[in-house]
Amino acid sequence: MSDIPLLKVKALSKFYGSRIGCQNVAFELWPGEVLAVVGESGSGKTTLLDCLATRLAPSTGSVEYRMRDGQFRDLYRMSEAERRFLMRTDWGFVHQNPADGLRMTVSAGANVGERLMAVGDRHYGKIRATATDWLGRVEIAADRIDDQPRAFSGGMRQRLQIARNLVTNPRLVFMDEPTGGLDVSVQARLLDLLRGLVSDLGLAAIVVTHDLAVARLLSHRMMVMKDGHIVETGLTDRVLDDPQAPYTQLLVSSILQV
Amino acid sequence: MIESHSQLATYNFAYLDEQTKRMIRRAILKAIAIPGYQVPFASREMPMPYGWGTGGVQVTAAVIGPNDTLKVIDQGADDTTNAVSIRAFFQKVSNVQVTTKTTEATIIQTRHRIPETALQAGQTLVYQVPIPEPLRFLEPRETETRKMHALEEYGLMHVKLYEDIARHGRIATTYAYPVKVEGRYVMDPSPTPKFDNPKMHQSPALQLFGAGREKRIYAIPPYTEVVSLDFEDHPFEIQTFSEPCALCGAKGSYLDEVILDDKGGSMFVCSDTDFCEDRQAEGHRGHLSANPAQAAVNPAEAAE
Repeated sequence: MSDIPLLKVKALSKFYGSRIGCQNVAFELWPGEVLAVVGESGSGKTTLLDCLATRLAPSTGSVEYRMRDGQFRDLYRMSEAERRFLMRTDWGFVHQNPADGLRMTVSAGANVGERLMAVGDRHYGKIRATATDWLGRVEIAADRIDDQPRAFSGGMRQRLQIARNLVTNPRLVFMDEPTGGLDVSVQARLLDLLRGLVSDLGLAAIVVTHDLAVARLLSHRMMVMKDGHIVETGLTDRVLDDPQAPYTQLLVSSILQV
Repeated sequence: MIESHSQLATYNFAYLDEQTKRMIRRAILKAIAIPGYQVPFASREMPMPYGWGTGGVQVTAAVIGPNDTLKVIDQGADDTTNAVSIRAFFQKVSNVQVTTKTTEATIIQTRHRIPETALQAGQTLVYQVPIPEPLRFLEPRETETRKMHALEEYGLMHVKLYEDIARHGRIATTYAYPVKVEGRYVMDPSPTPKFDNPKMHQSPALQLFGAGREKRIYAIPPYTEVVSLDFEDHPFEIQTFSEPCALCGAKGSYLDEVILDDKGGSMFVCSDTDFCEDRQAEGHRGHLSANPAQAAVNPAEAAE
């Protein structure tokens, strides 16, 4: 890990009229670090994620990202073209519902290849070889390359979405409930896969989840949100084993024991 | 009866009122200034259904003058319903000269073809366009496609070509084949066969595209670079035909299959009727063209 952060968030707030989406959020994210944002529904997790990923303009505050040339740039002072370029090259966004992140009517190979073509790759053979390679890495059989995601199971779609995001070797990936809606065995395999990819590629990731077990498995560090505010932040194991804030204590003690 | 009817109502020259023509001309000027960019315009109701060329008719009406000579083709032919009706329409409402000769026309309104005879400087080709947005079937949101055009994000267009190769082993798109105009905008050349795409490149004629239902006008000014999209290892190529035209013997023109009987018999003839007739008048013959000597004998045989 480098000692220069990848992402610097300062005093970030988002208001929906008089309601608070998230308020006064500040943190830094280092390369290769996985940060989990947990909290109950409506606590502002997704609002925060969307503000970070330039999907939603924040009301106040700044988000600075260290570009590949080492310069920090404020995301909301960039042109839209630059932001969108960043979004499809240096970043990834894994949606909870794979249908939001995939093109359901084009083949798996084209889904993975789209980012390559978007950055100017114009050699069919090479694009296809890269797509095949990535499908292999997310455990999708090579003979499914020409099938549409509509023909895939939920877990396969989610893995395809991950491959589609990682094909341009991004440095930062946002994930919104990446295992939501999957059954536990599929969830376990997906988490395994994600853990492997994140450590192999040295990815930094921000994972939004309400599932504390997912956060425990994936993340190094954790932020707990409540009513749009961060109530506690710390190393994942510390937060889960020794919660300080009353709300975090409630959250941790609410986990059902099987 | 007919004479009194013609005195009842008179239309403005070329049907549209002058304010509308002015609005359309402004859209056309903007379209010419930004080659390949789709300019929105306030498309009018025309006395024909959407999909029959309302966009093309409005563009023609806006640019036609009393000294113009109009040719209208539909799939290359001058004698099909759509072409005949639109030609008659402009004869009636603007009283201009009409022709079927590509070389004599100053304005050619077309549906789905570019004439085989090379166009000249000073000519205007008006296309009827059903769906102007080349990204439509890949990205259904108009807000998003406009943003993609603005930011020159055209990776998605290649996704379509990728899908073609993955499914068919080659780029199977044969019409409405996407092109890049002057190195900037990706454009749908309307449902012309990709056979015609090379004719758009550096054409001396002005090319105007009108989409009535979708309310868009776009243009390719004369001598503009028009490049068909492709992959390095799957380059753009046009259709070729294994046999020449059955009537005029032309090789390298775009052919239509015409069914001759109910026993599977068919012939391939030029889709550009004017081009085919010209060649026949010059004495070119295909293997199914009527032999003048035989034609004289045949009626006698039939009589027996």
